[in-house]
Amino acid sequence: MTTLETYPTMEDAARAMGADATFLGGGTVVMRAVNEGVATPRLIRVTDPGLAHISTVGEILRLGASVTMADVLAHRDLAFLHPVARQIGGPQVRNMATVAGNLFAEHPYGDFATALLALGAQVTVTGQGGARSVDEVLRDRDRAGLVSAVEIPRPRDVRSFGFRKVSRVKPKGVSVLCIAAYLPRESGRIRGARVAFGAMGPTPLRSSGAERALEGQMLDTATAEGAAAAATEGLSPATDQIATEWYRREVAGVHLKRLLTEMERG
Amino acid sequence: MVKKPVNLTLNDSPRAAFADPGQNLLDFLRREIGDLSPKFGCGQGTCGACTVTIDGQTQLSCLVLAETVDGKEVRTASGLANGATLDPLQDAFMDHFAAQCGYCTPGMLVSARTLLDRNPRPTRDEVIEAISGNLCRCTGYEPIITAILSVAEGRARA
Amino acid sequence: MKDMTTSGPMIEFRKDLFADERDDNLNEIGKPTRRQDILGHVTGRSPFFDDHLFDGLLHLRCTRSPHHHARIRRIDTSAADRMPGVVRVLTGKDVPTNLNTLLSLLDFGLDDEPILTDTKVAYMGEPVAAVIAETEAQARAAAAAVVVEWDVLPHVLDVEEAIKPGAPAVLDIYPNNLFVYHGKYDHQKLRFGDADRALAEADHIVEGRYQMSPIEQAPIETCGAIAAPEQNDRFVCYTSTQALFFSLGTAAKVLNIPSSRLHFIGGTVGGGFGGKVDSIHEPLAILGAMLTGRPVKYAWDRAEEMQVGAPRGAERWYVTDGVMNDGRIVARKFTGYFDAGAYTRLSSYAIIKGVGHLPGPYTIPNVSANVYCVYTNRTPATAMRGFGITGVDFAIEAHMDKVAETVGMNPIELRILNAYRDGDMKAHRREAKNCALIECAQVVAEKAGVTLSPELKAATSVTGGGGARGALPAHTATDEDGQVEGFQATSYANTSGASSAPQPSPTTSAPAPQPITSAPAPRPATPPAPPTSTPTPSPTPPAAADKKPARSGAMRFSSLSGFRRR
Repeated sequence: MTTLETYPTMEDAARAMGADATFLGGGTVVMRAVNEGVATPRLIRVTDPGLAHISTVGEILRLGASVTMADVLAHRDLAFLHPVARQIGGPQVRNMATVAGNLFAEHPYGDFATALLALGAQVTVTGQGGARSVDEVLRDRDRAGLVSAVEIPRPRDVRSFGFRKVSRVKPKGVSVLCIAAYLPRESGRIRGARVAFGAMGPTPLRSSGAERALEGQMLDTATAEGAAAAATEGLSPATDQIATEWYRREVAGVHLKRLLTEMERG
Repeated sequence: MVKKPVNLTLNDSPRAAFADPGQNLLDFLRREIGDLSPKFGCGQGTCGACTVTIDGQTQLSCLVLAETVDGKEVRTASGLANGATLDPLQDAFMDHFAAQCGYCTPGMLVSARTLLDRNPRPTRDEVIEAISGNLCRCTGYEPIITAILSVAEGRARA
Repeated sequence: MKDMTTSGPMIEFRKDLFADERDDNLNEIGKPTRRQDILGHVTGRSPFFDDHLFDGLLHLRCTRSPHHHARIRRIDTSAADRMPGVVRVLTGKDVPTNLNTLLSLLDFGLDDEPILTDTKVAYMGEPVAAVIAETEAQARAAAAAVVVEWDVLPHVLDVEEAIKPGAPAVLDIYPNNLFVYHGKYDHQKLRFGDADRALAEADHIVEGRYQMSPIEQAPIETCGAIAAPEQNDRFVCYTSTQALFFSLGTAAKVLNIPSSRLHFIGGTVGGGFGGKVDSIHEPLAILGAMLTGRPVKYAWDRAEEMQVGAPRGAERWYVTDGVMNDGRIVARKFTGYFDAGAYTRLSSYAIIKGVGHLPGPYTIPNVSANVYCVYTNRTPATAMRGFGITGVDFAIEAHMDKVAETVGMNPIELRILNAYRDGDMKAHRREAKNCALIECAQVVAEKAGVTLSPELKAATSVTGGGGARGALPAHTATDEDGQVEGFQATSYANTSGASSAPQPSPTTSAPAPQPITSAPAPRPATPPAPPTSTPTPSPTPPAAADKKPARSGAMRFSSLSGFRRR
């Protein structure tokens, strides 16, 4: 049996958390477990309306923990993330699912978290000073703590960010894989390449091979081919109902090349 | 098992009932309130048969904990008609054969009504996007899209 | 009726075709019409089985096998019995007649499937116990608390592996994991002419292997039923079944009560597509209501619908064609394997239906088929939209393209050349009537921009058939391969207890009857000798147009052979 506890602030909620409790955000992940009878005995939620705010501080976009995909789509400053949010679930899911919750969505979900990983987003955790990288949070999600906000550095040039989702059903389908690439350029050369894949491991993962192949290069066909060839380095896809491990490895580079080609054309 | 009182506005009427711990809104609406129009199809947010609006937004009632709608405004397909007067969308669904088994229809209508309330002249692509969270297994998407567009174009009562 | 043409007509009516056979002055045919039930659908008031509220409704959920194949050493329900909200836990001993086969109502097949098994599971997800509790969550929790001690057995998941010697026996009652046809053979045969001889004389041999996976019907409404005691010694049952009286008869048999004590209400089905004929839920829901005296609901959740809901079964087909240089197909051989999964359900029937459909809508003078209904440790298969036909049609039509490529013909032309025409003899010895493939193919060619030869463009279904094409083969090669002993030849498979003739009893674990011959060849016979240039007896070329009378006559439906004209 699952009981719900409601708290006014994240700090109160953080104090109430424990091994027998799960934080209830938009519900799209946790309520499935409740319906299947496998949820923790306690659910914890927070009613603080401030958590739904999106604010801009300098070059940082700050999204409160209960900002939904629909909120992202309604915000002009987040236009570069609209192609990501638009491809998550159907309209109902986008009205419910939160950006922060997507960090904890299990494979094959987590498309938005993949974009956050590529963008080098930071996460504010309740009761912990300073921000932690998304990389760090994804590495140990069970002990991440309660995320109160996600901070996304605004790309200097929005064309340096690209996203591609591959699914069998359109317009709403689960990822065979998704790819987010952040390729800032200085004098035409890529500096600080970050390429993340979703559904290619237990959490969104960075492709060390693709990043190495892209770093310091001009974004052209040869570079895209080099990155595609090294795409699966750093990834560990699984076989599930959507695709086999073999298939995912086979097509990862193909789709990365297509994404890079699109980005090259701007 | 401690039940929680839930007060809500359902299709403009104030309603109240007790929710079991862990009870989702779909089950609550059907068994405790008696509104049988939202349907169970998956319990995992995939099919959209349980679509309702909460404070004007479409949501999946199977993924909403019933007690969290306390004080909120919920609308379902049974609130579309005004007495014997149907919503133009309901007429259009009848005219265009936009329902076969009828099981996805209530959720489909809630999604379509919400679209038209915000965007009275959607494009075909916008209609497709708006119902993308509602599965129809009798493969009636084309007539459904046609029915929604016919209302959008003001042709339903022509 | 409002304007139905907002986006243009979705159907093109070709009234130029068969104009003399159609009456255009009908009230409904050829015109859009409103569904009778649609007002309920658009107002959300159509009463699906779960749209009936009962005070004190109990919920039933099953404990299911985690193994593909295992013997049950012990089922311990004591912990589940003590769980909160649990009213009753059912196991096999609670079911009055705990063995059934769906088509037993048609005297077709042996009872092979327990309602709640207590000896052995043959597929993953097979139910071994049913928990009835106050809430669904409590039933779910208690179903997980039923302890089963298993002896895991080797399993087989592939049709051709399943019929190899030494393969694990899925069911004790069918030898070599094969259904028995006509009480005599381990496969359904079709013999028409002499396919082997015609293959030997054909210009080309074209072989193909085709495989279709199982397909879940995936209705949006999952299968389920609610049963409740009425105050007149009857039980009411609201059900999602697609086959109300079939489910009624099945429930009466399983519960061993007269059907007059059952009041079934259905007909409003949230999508079925064949997946709601298996009558799985009604017997247990009614049994629950009988034993608890309260209303009981048994419905699958989505995961169960996908895992244990019987799909369209997998099929594997080997097709060998003998083709002449001019594109005439003179011989076609099939070896087919239907994956029935762990129990018969409707697969045996699907094969009867499928074999009646061979060799597809083509006039081929020599046809031979061996089709096997194979048991594997997969989810039992059942009906789905055209089952028995769909899979082999995929094989046939893919193969037609391969044949067209081999002889260098346009695939549409190949089809017109070989298509049934009125009056032709079909391989199952029925006259072809109301044929229309040629006209369909001509329209397809037109739409696809394919230019047909003047001869094929002028071809029609009503001309050129019959005559020599309508005659039975002078000689049909037959054989007795695949004979099985111990079964009665009076039916498709003998029924237990219906006669005094010696037969295996499904209620005991008597040794399985042994087939006389060896296991069926897993592959079709080796292709015959290289093609010779001698043409073989072939369908007579279309004769000059001899006008036939317009087609008429009432239809009747036979469940085993489809529509027939009286």
